[in-house]
Amino acid sequence: MKFKGTVTVWLKESIFDPQGAAVKGSLAAMGFKEVENVRIGKNIVITLEAESPEAAKDLLDSMARKLLANPVTESYRVYVEEEKAGAQR
Amino acid sequence: MKFGVVVFPGSNCDSDAYHVLRDVIGADCEYVWHESRDLSGFDALVLPGGFSYGDYLRCGALARFSPVMDSVYKFVDEGKLVIGICNGFQILLEAGLLPGAMLPNDVLEFRCQWVNLKVENTSTPFTNLYKPGEVIRVPIAHGEGNYYAEPEVLDELERAGRIVFRYVDAYGNPTREANPNGAARNIAGIINEKGNVLGLMPHPERCSESLLGGEDGRRVFLSMIKSLETGAFLSK
Repeated sequence: MKFKGTVTVWLKESIFDPQGAAVKGSLAAMGFKEVENVRIGKNIVITLEAESPEAAKDLLDSMARKLLANPVTESYRVYVEEEKAGAQR
Repeated sequence: MKFGVVVFPGSNCDSDAYHVLRDVIGADCEYVWHESRDLSGFDALVLPGGFSYGDYLRCGALARFSPVMDSVYKFVDEGKLVIGICNGFQILLEAGLLPGAMLPNDVLEFRCQWVNLKVENTSTPFTNLYKPGEVIRVPIAHGEGNYYAEPEVLDELERAGRIVFRYVDAYGNPTREANPNGAARNIAGIINEKGNVLGLMPHPERCSESLLGGEDGRRVFLSMIKSLETGAFLSK
């Protein structure tokens, strides 16, 4: 089966995110006073072949631990969805 | 004695390091392509600055999986010398050969300037020709040199004298103003526990000839040669 995995990587909460802070400042200047916190991260979208959603998640988790995220500074989350037939480009 | 300068796709300080070692210092030096696995015959390696793999994903993250890196681990195990400069330092961190990680500069700017560095430990194979506490001038050029590690790791680095270079003012004080990137405890360079792997953000190879505005960096390479020649380090 084909899956689309999304690995979201962002700086750990304990680490100051200067990009997030800069964006928060601009949002506040624009009048969005409601904003309490902004964190900037990245999404890595991976299409892959796997036996099951669980197997796909395990593979993506392994990729995240070994390469996609740096465990010293970053946290990550993995989402998996089935790639719909015809949706591939 | 032979130096190797590893060339990753996107390295751009490889020629500078090669030039200093061969033309300025007169050492035997060869380039090592990142796909090579053979490091036999080399006594010391330079992981040069630049933008290996375009800095994609994270600085140094992809270079860490280059074929040559398997051999670099063995090289380090054998007690040979490895110096990682700028992007080379980032690669050593990603490879786990040095502790911690780099964050984007806290100023959100690429910083290209001269800095003052205090040589905090002069008993390493990379700094044995400096005077204890000496302040030297070396250029930096990086966007991600904001060194980060957990407080207990920083404490251990301090305790073991593994912080080799710190950003300081002209009087040797590690002030906030002297810190160009927000690095924890003004750290500019650290060494591994065994003492044969050094990583630093500043560029000693860019200040090894007076023509380029300073010679303070040259002694890093001369120190390496001295320690290799005397076997001072390897005999430990």
